[in-house]
Amino acid sequence: MRLLAMVARRCLWMPPTLFGLLLIVFTVSHVIPSDPARVMAGENASASQVAAIRHQYGLDLPLPVQFLRYVKDVATGDMGKSLFTQRPVAEDLLARLPATMELALFAMSLAIAIGVPLGVVAALRRNSWLDHLVRVVTVAGLAMAAFWLAILLQLLFSMWMGLTPVRGRINGWGPDPITGFFTLDAVLLGDWETLGQALRHLILPTLTLALPAVATIVRFTRAGMINVMSSNFVFYQTAMGIPRRRIVWKYLLRAALIGTLTQIGLIFGNLIAGAVVVETVFDWPGLGTFAVNSILHSDYNAVMSFTVFTGVIFILTNLMVDIAQTMLDPRGR
Amino acid sequence: MIAPMDADLLSIRDVSVSFTTESGTAHVLDEISLTLRRGEIMGLVGESGCGKTTLARTILGALPPNARARGTAITFDGRDLLTIDPREAADQIRGRAITFVPQDPFSAFNPLFTIGDQIFELLRWKSPDREAGERGYPRTRRRADHERALALLRRVQLPDIERLLRKYPHEVSGGQRQRLMIAMALLPEPRLVIADEPTTALDVTIQAQILRLLRELAVERGVSVLLTTHDLGVAWEICDRVTVMYAGQALETAPIEAFFRAPALPYTRLLLDSLPSGENPLRGIAGDVPNLVNPPPGCRFHPRCPEVSDVCRASRPPTSEPAPDHLVRCHHPLAVP
Repeated sequence: MRLLAMVARRCLWMPPTLFGLLLIVFTVSHVIPSDPARVMAGENASASQVAAIRHQYGLDLPLPVQFLRYVKDVATGDMGKSLFTQRPVAEDLLARLPATMELALFAMSLAIAIGVPLGVVAALRRNSWLDHLVRVVTVAGLAMAAFWLAILLQLLFSMWMGLTPVRGRINGWGPDPITGFFTLDAVLLGDWETLGQALRHLILPTLTLALPAVATIVRFTRAGMINVMSSNFVFYQTAMGIPRRRIVWKYLLRAALIGTLTQIGLIFGNLIAGAVVVETVFDWPGLGTFAVNSILHSDYNAVMSFTVFTGVIFILTNLMVDIAQTMLDPRGR
Repeated sequence: MIAPMDADLLSIRDVSVSFTTESGTAHVLDEISLTLRRGEIMGLVGESGCGKTTLARTILGALPPNARARGTAITFDGRDLLTIDPREAADQIRGRAITFVPQDPFSAFNPLFTIGDQIFELLRWKSPDREAGERGYPRTRRRADHERALALLRRVQLPDIERLLRKYPHEVSGGQRQRLMIAMALLPEPRLVIADEPTTALDVTIQAQILRLLRELAVERGVSVLLTTHDLGVAWEICDRVTVMYAGQALETAPIEAFFRAPALPYTRLLLDSLPSGENPLRGIAGDVPNLVNPPPGCRFHPRCPEVSDVCRASRPPTSEPAPDHLVRCHHPLAVP
């Protein structure tokens, strides 16, 4: 089957892609004027203490050697220790992954649930007031800075209306971890109160993260729909009296979504990146706050690992998008 | 079931269609009148842009939103399609009593769905067993429709049908796709099939096969066919009668023999003379197809007509019948022997 061949080919490409990613991350982190040995040794360390630490961590070796050791470590799942907490970085990242993934998946689902129908309706009623309204709102959605929107939402819904929590992922402890997704774990445990709480905490960060994604999805869905609406197969089915709603929501939508799908892969990467800002504003204990803290502590090992980690998520997302696309479009198979 | 009825299946009376465009209102059809009898194959011939396709779309009720149709009536099987409730037309007429074979079988299939999906989507809404307004697809009907589809696909000589149904459109040849289109047009057991240049996109060798197949099936099922074509050879192959259109006006209707042997319309004469043959060098008709935003008054062919006189510029000619069943709208018809 062609689909399997495609997946195999993409998987073969993953090691070289990862190698390139590591090379860039490594180079960038060695170009910035910051000496990790000095950071680790502390402000009052003597020159010989710094040299000892530099030797202990292999930081005195030639850069290519350091890089190859780094690649070997990452390949075996060892991302080194945090210079600040002395805990293994990979463990910290994995522990925080579910919080970010839960937020990103909620935002993505919301963006698709709103963006696709809105794009379809805007395309069907092209140049109507609804279409213009959608266009204005989506441009605004793309232009608005996430931190500003987040603060506005907090002000409106949390401070003035008192409807949602201002910050955090839950009050007190989360449910016993099964998947690490609070909502899913609460459902699995049948703990409806925790579920409600987790959902209420999710509302504002999800909205903040979803708005720019909605904007992109609406625009691509609308453009995709308009592109296929004038196809001969649409005229044929219309001339054969097949109900309009059937033509639109079954036949047109799938054709239109192929373009949107590519965007969804890119958007998901943006969501993970956007999480850095949104998580900071909402004090969400995910990868984003981890990254910000690491940067503030000059914890360069942690920052590098965060970058590699999000890079891997991005690569995997695009692999899934490619698979979905191949399943949607038989011509590529 | 054949109810007692008159011989005419479709009768178009003085129908005009105009399009609102950026350069003004285009008068694409001008008072067309036409009758189609039960079981007859009528060819609608004319140059590109003469309004054949617009007429086909008008009958189907599938004009684009910037088009407007007016006229006395389009009577189909006792119903006036100009005044019918659009929902009823979509449910009961389009795709059911009147079906459609498109010009280009390559793009008429949605490339993302299997052929089987698209055939059964059609039958879901247009199966002869479907009750009016029925929304679902009951299992018994589905099974009957499956059998019905297999039988007809076999009849149009498609090979390996169960596998074909699982294929995607791009995996099937052009000739097979047009066979599929013909089968799909006949599956709802219509009374009229509108075929819009059904063989233009195909190789010449396949054209003849497809035309023969269309004629056989139409005759065997007693279905009327309205076939538009710019190719007089196609009309000669399968039509019983031919109507010539020029710039949105229907000018002559004649039985196929009379049409080729003794046309009464000067334009038809010129068309026939322009056909390449052994003794004739290749010839065109002098002049250009008129602009439909500001069409010539009177008979629209008058600027190019060798027989033109003042009356042609002043008024549209009335319909005359120079021979039985031979209608012509011309102030100076040629003598019919």
